Amino acid sequence: MTTVIIAIAVLFVLALAFGALLGFADIRFKPEGNPIVDQIDGILPQTQCGQCGHPGCRPYAEAIANGTDPINQCPPGGESTIQALADLLDVEPLPLAAEHGVEKPTSVAVIREDECIGCTKCIQACPIDAILGAAKQMHTVIESECTGCDLCVEPCPVDCIDMVPVEDTLQTWHWEKPNDGYQLIATDKGRITAESVNDSKTEKDSDEGDKAA
Amino acid sequence: MILSQASSPHAKGRMNVSQVMFTVSAATLPGLACLIWFFGWGYLFNVLTAIIFALITETLVMIIRKRPILFYLKDGSAFLTALLLGLALPPFAPWWIAAVGSVFSILFVKHLYGGLGNNPFNPAMAGYALLLISFPVQMTTAWGAPSVMPGHSLPGFFETLQMYLGFAEVVDGYTMATPLDVYKLNIAVQTQAELAMKSEFLAGWLPGWLWVSIAYAIGGVFLIWRGIITWHTPVAVLASLLIMSGLFSWDADIRVPVYLHMLGGATMIGAFFIATDPVSSATSNRGKLIYGAGIGVLTYVIRTFGNYPDAIAFAVLLMNFCAPLIDHYSRPKIYGHEKSVRGYKKEDKA
Amino acid sequence: MTAQTIKIWDFDGGVHPEENKHQSTGQPIAVANSPEFVVVPLNQHLGSPAKPIVKVGDKVKTGQVIAQADGFVSAPTHASITGIVTEIAEYQVPHASGLTSLCIKIENQGEDEWELLPALDLNSSDEALINRIKEAGLAGLGGAGFPTNIKYLTKDTIETLIINGAECEPYITADDMLMRERAKQVIDGTRIAQKILNAKEVLIGIEDNKPEAIAAIQKAVADSGEQTISVRVIPTKYPSGGEKQLIQILTGKQVPAGGLPSSLGIVCQNVGTVAAVAEAVLEGKPLVSRVVTLTGEALGTQCNLDVRLGTPISNLLQQVKVNQKKLDRLIMGGPMMGFTLPDANLPVIKTTNCILAPTKKELPPGNLFNACIRCGICEQVCPADLLPQQLYWYSKSKNWEQLELNSLSDCIECGACAYVCPSQIPLVQYYRFAKGEIRKEQAEHEKSDNARIRFEARQERLAQEAAEKEAKRKARAEAAAKAKAAKSGAEGSAKPEISDSVKEAIARAKAKKAVTDSASTSNAPALTKEQLEAKWQNAVAKAEKAEARLNDAKENDDPMAVALEKSLAKLKEKALLAKEQLDNFQEPPDKAEPAKVVLTKEQLEAKLKAAQAKLEKTQAKFVEANENNDPMAEALEKSLAKLREKVEAAKAQLDSFNESDSKETQS
Repeated sequence: MTTVIIAIAVLFVLALAFGALLGFADIRFKPEGNPIVDQIDGILPQTQCGQCGHPGCRPYAEAIANGTDPINQCPPGGESTIQALADLLDVEPLPLAAEHGVEKPTSVAVIREDECIGCTKCIQACPIDAILGAAKQMHTVIESECTGCDLCVEPCPVDCIDMVPVEDTLQTWHWEKPNDGYQLIATDKGRITAESVNDSKTEKDSDEGDKAA
Repeated sequence: MILSQASSPHAKGRMNVSQVMFTVSAATLPGLACLIWFFGWGYLFNVLTAIIFALITETLVMIIRKRPILFYLKDGSAFLTALLLGLALPPFAPWWIAAVGSVFSILFVKHLYGGLGNNPFNPAMAGYALLLISFPVQMTTAWGAPSVMPGHSLPGFFETLQMYLGFAEVVDGYTMATPLDVYKLNIAVQTQAELAMKSEFLAGWLPGWLWVSIAYAIGGVFLIWRGIITWHTPVAVLASLLIMSGLFSWDADIRVPVYLHMLGGATMIGAFFIATDPVSSATSNRGKLIYGAGIGVLTYVIRTFGNYPDAIAFAVLLMNFCAPLIDHYSRPKIYGHEKSVRGYKKEDKA
Repeated sequence: MTAQTIKIWDFDGGVHPEENKHQSTGQPIAVANSPEFVVVPLNQHLGSPAKPIVKVGDKVKTGQVIAQADGFVSAPTHASITGIVTEIAEYQVPHASGLTSLCIKIENQGEDEWELLPALDLNSSDEALINRIKEAGLAGLGGAGFPTNIKYLTKDTIETLIINGAECEPYITADDMLMRERAKQVIDGTRIAQKILNAKEVLIGIEDNKPEAIAAIQKAVADSGEQTISVRVIPTKYPSGGEKQLIQILTGKQVPAGGLPSSLGIVCQNVGTVAAVAEAVLEGKPLVSRVVTLTGEALGTQCNLDVRLGTPISNLLQQVKVNQKKLDRLIMGGPMMGFTLPDANLPVIKTTNCILAPTKKELPPGNLFNACIRCGICEQVCPADLLPQQLYWYSKSKNWEQLELNSLSDCIECGACAYVCPSQIPLVQYYRFAKGEIRKEQAEHEKSDNARIRFEARQERLAQEAAEKEAKRKARAEAAAKAKAAKSGAEGSAKPEISDSVKEAIARAKAKKAVTDSASTSNAPALTKEQLEAKWQNAVAKAEKAEARLNDAKENDDPMAVALEKSLAKLKEKALLAKEQLDNFQEPPDKAEPAKVVLTKEQLEAKLKAAQAKLEKTQAKFVEANENNDPMAEALEKSLAKLREKVEAAKAQLDSFNESDSKETQS
């Protein structure tokens, strides 16, 4: 009988000790800095476009953090965002889920101002207040703030909002990544042969030549 | 007028990959010549067999991967890998040893990792390690007795070829273990003086390996002069091996002596040609010093405490594992910075 | 100079490409043929583009300002020939991207009339000198194009002025020839720069492959009698002419990463720039021309030309007899750092030091490249001590984090690594790509942070509005409940009263509706034909959309179908109506003159008073703004003028009123 009591006592003491240790560790080594939702939210492009099926980026970040949604539902962020999320969460990157849309070039909304009737519908739709205007007054988009979320296009009764792709300027232009040539590895067999590489190269060359001409 | 477009620089230096590979290959020739002179034609056959099988394997892989065959054969990397493997094999081993090792090196160690530039391990040494583990008898006993040993002569070209291809039995007298092996085995029962009296040591191995080592060293210095390798790796390998053997093997009655460590076996070819393989080694100059020193230390340790005739291959492979880590912690100090960034920056990782 | 050996340092790495400088040093600097027209880009410098101040059709003289500096980091642009401005438009500019930018095109009128600034000299005040340098549109002629005056505005104490005559790029000899032929000008400019910066010593760094230039400069220094200027001959090694590398060679110090040389008490200037400083200060000549090396084996003669900015390169090529067949590409700058031009008609700009026209044999175009074999030769030649092959692997795999750890930002893109690469990997392009992507990502990140803040602010605002509404609704409900309670307390006569008030309200509402209705119907014809057309098209489009939706709904047995059908019918009706309106459209008769609002005298007087008060206020503001150099001053001035007009108008009205008044009283 005493052995049983001793055993229980020992276990009790051990449990107490480890519990205390865990409790201490919890306080002492509390992870500093951003909780995971903030970090995810920091990676998302903040277009607030709702293409992921959530009303804004933060709810989607919460859904990812809870594990209810996969990381591949953000078309504006595209591949790079998926990659960043995969790195952050240490999961495999997935291809962008097609049902949520495709990655489009960055664009901004532009109102054809002479057609605008001043209905303020787009102003109400803009998630980041990037449209200026008042009732019966012409509206305009603050280009530097527009995230290109598309949300103002649908409500416009006279369809006077265009999504214009942002073009490179002398300040933003940069060299493209060079063609990787022969350096693909075995898993992409059949995709590239010497001929196809040469073809694409000459094609590109002549394209550029055309431009020059 | 169509003007072509390209990113700078538009001027290009003269060296290209095949030139690098073939210059390295050429630098091994004095060593190869010495080996043939002192230890027989077997080395030549090993090298040729390895090269033939390497090129065949490379071609097949290129066909399977649908790549331009000539473009890749021309770069000479398979050639060099096979050459180095051939130089490391015992001269009286049967032909299929070189063949198996060569195919394994090219197929498994190089191409399965993505081909040239992507292999984490030194293909030649990985092939060598495979052979050593799979065929220990052939790999430890088929070493040649030196031609300069009194009362000994080497088989002729055709005799060797017959033995090599298996049409004739290998005569026992032609072969023996490596000096490192012999010394290590016998020092337990004999003294240094007794061992040195043996004809194979004083009159045979010593001059033989001395000349081979000198030949390799000349080739290596040539490569350093041509700017293809830097001094860091070879110096680090040799210095650390010298220090280790000097510190722990000063008593030649117990351990293999310093001069055998430095001149015997694959030390010189290892330091100048194997450890300097750029693909699988560390990147920065500082990294190369660490990497080379690691190879030297491991070589000494494995030679002294391991059961293998030589240890360069294992030392190199083990340090290959460490190369990315060394790179991570040995970045150089960059212009305009007060000190180098090693590992992660502090603010990046809590 | 004394014979004592002067210590110079060395930088790590570097390469020795074939120099090929002899090609273009055979002839003295010649003047380029006068072009038929010039296309002057407005952003030849780093920073914001200049703002045009001329109009199409204006006649401009050489040296006249045609575009004003816009902002702190900017430089004005001058007409480089005498002629007529024929166009201000987007033209392709010399840039690796081949993109367009705003340019001013000037048609040559034959004669070359100059508009010079008054000459200054060494005794002028620093402020005047710096101002002159800004006015003259000087920007670093070595290649970067940084507005020169900003370098002189540094707040750091400058000990050493370094004049960069290294010209380490192969082929280029513009600075070499300039030093040989205009050594005095270079030294004059150097002395001006030294005076402004108050630098204790001046070091002129020249590579030892230019013995003539060294001799000329040494002689000019001796002639000037200046003791603090010394010429330092440095070994030829690319890229010794890089600012950071030259500073290390001459002083042994390294410019801190992300910092400026001025933090070490050093300012570095190109010889071409100081020569231009001398011209601008001593002769009052703005920067309208520069020395350009024309070289490469595709040219008939290789030489240096003094070229007016904006001259099309094709003009120069014609002058040196280009062999079109041999020409493979045109490079602006040298073979190591220059960029290829997409077109020969691009203009020469302030930073154009060389036009290189190599044959295919001379500079073979890049082929498909081999895999990186990690040979590490790149690492041995990197002047910034980076690990180029690591940067390559990480750029290729877009691993920005590792690139930052490996300090990609310290890469000066000198091209030494790609030059020696046995695999011929376009390493620099990889770095440029990665740098660009990182920059883009940072910009996007900033933008998304901004968007998040705005989004959250909006959410907050919406929540607040909703809360306010809710509060109001509650308050109303409470008030209603109270009123009800009060009513139920005082029953009886209240009922008919209510019904009366209700009737009244209904009547009022009806009247209002009638008014608006009539207004709307009467307004309808006031629409213009275009508007009507748009309306009709809109209606048709909407009807079509609705029809499509209806079909959809029908297919899916949607209960909405009925509703949709109804709305479709309505839409069709609308469309018909719109069409009818459009068909019946007639130009409306001139709008009936709006009934003149007859103002009383008092009202008019009040109006006048208010206008006057406003005028006074604005005037006060304007004066204040003017004193403070406020940019608002201009706007205020405009509004002031408007207000004055208004006051005048009001006065006139009042006068006429008074007249008619007096008439009335007379009659």
